Amino acid sequence: MIEKILAGAAGVDDTTPGDILTCDVDMTVLIDVQFAMSRLMDVIAVHDPDKVAIVMDHAVPAPTVRDATHGTRARSFAREHGIERFYDIGRHGIVHQVIAEQGLATPGSVVACTDSHTCAAGAFNAAARGLGPAEILQIVCTGKTWHRVPPTIRYEFVGTKPDHINGKDIFLAIAAHYGDATDHAIEFGGPGLASVPMTDRRTIATQGAEVGADFTLFPADDICVDHMRSVAPHLVVTPFDADDDASYAAVRTIDLGDIDAMVARPGTVIDNAVPVTDLESTPIHQAFIGSCANGQLADLREAARIIAGHRVAPGVRLIVTPASQQVYLEAVERGYVTTLMEAGAVVTNSTCGACFGYAMGVLAPGEVCVTASTRNFRGRMGSTDASVYMASPATVAASAVAGRIVSPAFLMEGMPV
Amino acid sequence: MNVRTDLSVTGRAWVFGDDVNTDDMYPGFAMKLPMAEASRFMFNATRPGWSDLVEPGDVVVAGRNFGLGSSRPVAELFTALGVTALIAEQYNSLFLRNCLNLGLPAVTVPDARAFVSEGDVVSIDVEHGVAMNDSTGVERAFTRFPGFLVDMLRSGGLIRQLEVAGHLRPPTGGPA
Repeated sequence: MIEKILAGAAGVDDTTPGDILTCDVDMTVLIDVQFAMSRLMDVIAVHDPDKVAIVMDHAVPAPTVRDATHGTRARSFAREHGIERFYDIGRHGIVHQVIAEQGLATPGSVVACTDSHTCAAGAFNAAARGLGPAEILQIVCTGKTWHRVPPTIRYEFVGTKPDHINGKDIFLAIAAHYGDATDHAIEFGGPGLASVPMTDRRTIATQGAEVGADFTLFPADDICVDHMRSVAPHLVVTPFDADDDASYAAVRTIDLGDIDAMVARPGTVIDNAVPVTDLESTPIHQAFIGSCANGQLADLREAARIIAGHRVAPGVRLIVTPASQQVYLEAVERGYVTTLMEAGAVVTNSTCGACFGYAMGVLAPGEVCVTASTRNFRGRMGSTDASVYMASPATVAASAVAGRIVSPAFLMEGMPV
Repeated sequence: MNVRTDLSVTGRAWVFGDDVNTDDMYPGFAMKLPMAEASRFMFNATRPGWSDLVEPGDVVVAGRNFGLGSSRPVAELFTALGVTALIAEQYNSLFLRNCLNLGLPAVTVPDARAFVSEGDVVSIDVEHGVAMNDSTGVERAFTRFPGFLVDMLRSGGLIRQLEVAGHLRPPTGGPA
């Protein structure tokens, strides 16, 4: 899949892993923290303003003067270069959620953004990856970048995803069993894929960064095409599917019916996740549902469903961050926000916020957090003496009520709290 | 970052382990700080205080999957501390591209930690693909970069190239 998309973007007929290709970039997305690089303000001409979007997400509304300055620069840049797709505060959201909502990543396209979770757009059959600030600057100026064509690991989904299993559980199970995918593309397919909705595909594709994958790709099947039509009705979709005789570095079969609710222990997800039942005595101080991986409407719906009628345990903080203004509004309209707040959750503005330990939800030394966000690195969410466990929104919501890590079944089966 | 990169460097080695991530190298709270101050918190999670020990000209050696994580521009912190090159057994590709784009040579030696111990003096010839441990006399050949990346390193990084190509005005300055 990745070979076909990159070859198309480079204007070559054929390519093999290891080739370095110069590719046209269809969409480049700038984020607020990118404007820390003052040289963006020295750009003489943007190569194609229609292929650039700006999304305010990491530190919004600005918590420091430095961040406020990034906002000033972003607005000035958008004005000077005529960037019409500018999602300023009020229209903002976490960049990968905004990309999904606005149809900025389409099947077969090449997408670039400085955020390392840009691989999220692989859910839409796009060759999307994070690139560094200097390189994004280059693409803004020239419209092109280089990609090394990676070998591909294919995950063949069979069976049916159980309703209570989230994309996070599937991803953590894969990372626990197969380890890292450094310098590879990951591709998903197989008959089980039809039971995996876009929201779970987004979660899985987003988290590819945590196993070191360059790209994480899903095919543009009917479910994906329906999504694209819902956000971009006039889009002509050209799916880039894998050839039947495609060659892979590895092909691994995943029976979705066998996936348990999973938790990654602190530090990394690689070879480090276990079924939630293995950790059920772990007390927590904070629970977080949000981020580009699990701040989607379906994630908030699931959290609200689990927590309805219960209370967050004494001594535990539950923080919920909708991934975008649009998600936030829909969650309000559907009553999820009320349900979560009645249970004692703090529902925050849409931002990367607590996920990267910058402006809110920061952990004190000795604290334990269970998070549905993207990373469980030591020090990621605050103190280097805090512990961050990572799980699905359902597991995080149930754990917030129990005051310790528990399976969602703890509440779903009506057990005493 | 706008200095010409020396493609042949010699320096004292600091050795780190596997899976060192960018949150460790460039903690979230340090993103609030100017580069020079942020560099004081490199390896805050696993080796706090390291920035007080490293000296200009030193080289950093690491194991597998070096630089897993976010795209924050860690190479600028290494450069701020005067680190002249990286050697790792394997890199996260986003991190590797970031280093090269910012003019910091980052070479791959698959048995780097067998080849170099902490404190050894190492010489790296990026152009010819040769690393020498001056302390032990052991030499390693490594895969050379494609010509366009060597050119980029030689010219001091991608931003310098964009300036030369006429894509950027002279720096307007302002805090980094």
